[in-house]
Amino acid sequence: MSTLVYINSRDGIAKNAYEAITYASKLGQEVIAITTGNANDSLLATAGEYGASKILVDKSVGTDDAQQITRVIASAVETTGANTIVFSNELVAKAVAPRLSVRLKAGLISGAIATPEGNTVKVNVFSGKAFGAVKINSDKKIISLLPNSIQPEQSGTACSVEEFNGNAGEAKIKLLETKKPEGEIPLPEAELVVSAGRGLKGPENWGMIEDLAKELGAATACSRPVADIGWRPHHEHVGQTGVAIRPNLYIAAGISGAIQHLAGVNGSKVIVVVNTDEEAPFFKAADYGILGDAFEVIPKLTEAIKKFKASN
Amino acid sequence: MKILVCISKSPDTTSKIAFTDGNSKFDENGVQYIINPYDEWYALVRALELKEANGGSVSVITVGAAQDDAIIRKALAIGADDATRIDAEPTDAYFVAMQIANYAKENAFDMVLTGKETINYNGSQVGGMISEAMDLPFVSLASKMDVAGEIATLETEIVGGIQIVEVQLPAVISCAKGMAEQRIPNMRGIMAARTKPLNVLPASAVDALTSFESYSLPEAKTACKMIDPNNMDELVKLLHEEAKVI
Repeated sequence: MSTLVYINSRDGIAKNAYEAITYASKLGQEVIAITTGNANDSLLATAGEYGASKILVDKSVGTDDAQQITRVIASAVETTGANTIVFSNELVAKAVAPRLSVRLKAGLISGAIATPEGNTVKVNVFSGKAFGAVKINSDKKIISLLPNSIQPEQSGTACSVEEFNGNAGEAKIKLLETKKPEGEIPLPEAELVVSAGRGLKGPENWGMIEDLAKELGAATACSRPVADIGWRPHHEHVGQTGVAIRPNLYIAAGISGAIQHLAGVNGSKVIVVVNTDEEAPFFKAADYGILGDAFEVIPKLTEAIKKFKASN
Repeated sequence: MKILVCISKSPDTTSKIAFTDGNSKFDENGVQYIINPYDEWYALVRALELKEANGGSVSVITVGAAQDDAIIRKALAIGADDATRIDAEPTDAYFVAMQIANYAKENAFDMVLTGKETINYNGSQVGGMISEAMDLPFVSLASKMDVAGEIATLETEIVGGIQIVEVQLPAVISCAKGMAEQRIPNMRGIMAARTKPLNVLPASAVDALTSFESYSLPEAKTACKMIDPNNMDELVKLLHEEAKVI
């Protein structure tokens, strides 16, 4: 029996793809990776370094059309006889994995945060406020791993790359345009995040947040009110109804820490909170707290990071 | 244009999360249920805006028990024309998606909308599953949508930005922030909702593929370490040496 891992290679291979291969190799079966598109062979071969015995690539699929990718993976499941399919629970997988579940009548666990224990897999539920242990009742199983839940482990060498025809069929979704702001670190992928809220008093004061983020190599984020009044773009809103993130470090300035905000960031490994109000609920969820004015603290922190980088 | 909006209930965002029966069930004691915010704020409101601009109808559907009628009545109060409740315990995403897909197949909708995920299970599964069961295209995590004739143009989230795509209807679309603004039902809407049709249909025979065996709560955080606002070097040192995140 084997485990098939889908990885997205359209814009290079992200860290979360290597996490998924590492996860698959912990399941104790042969691991075969599958992807679509035109990434070069030497890049695709790196799947082997994390435990894949080979990688299949269907070059006929040029976009992230979920219907096409689902058909390709289903063909590969048939060809390889895989009984488990692993995804990283990123944007494309969120569209593909549920489709594949129906196509194969295979139970899907999305948002897995650990390897299986007995016949259950641990997942995040209630927006990170609790965990669930989910069991799959079908013979074929699909697990979609929450990004940044395990570390990628390099254990082998490059693997072979094989062209695969997965009978993808026609694309029904036409890609018209892609817009990516230059130089910004994508929030869902970021390991370090600097975030700010209404305590900053106005959009013109975000310069110091951007300076700190730049110094750290971090992404910027914000609270819901700040996105709703248009101080910051919607895609920066983290929280229950915005983006849920799990960075290694989350620095929050001028955010009180309402329960809805915490739901989007409680997966962070370390939380630093800067607030003038010692009663701010965010301090209860923080690892490090600074009772002070963000307008004074943030520039000082930026200076301290600069000094630290210079001495290391 | 006929639009179907899938509605799920979820606990109010301020609910205390606790479990009962040996941690095998969500403790509903004192929990207020609401329409899952993604379903309400984005999917339902955008559907109503499209109807107001182009004509047509907006139907809502949920899978649940009789006490969930209050949830779906609220969708009618916000402006949906009619509602359907499939009378069954929503055991897993596959079960729910199959019920909705079976209903949608018989009723020729131009569009089936879902929220991007529920705030209780966060699975983001039902929309994709419906699309596969109906063999329709699926556009996920759309933050903008316009419709001209039988073509929908959508903005969707991709890593590090957005993309603009075009899809021929019928299609299944999951809706995220940006799509629309929350609407508060007014008294007229609430009164009208009482007389709008709410059809209760029996469930089709479908076996769930997954089951939640147990739940647990995260360990309480250790107390927050307070740092002198004038000593950011100390914070940087702790982040480097103790927390090892920089």
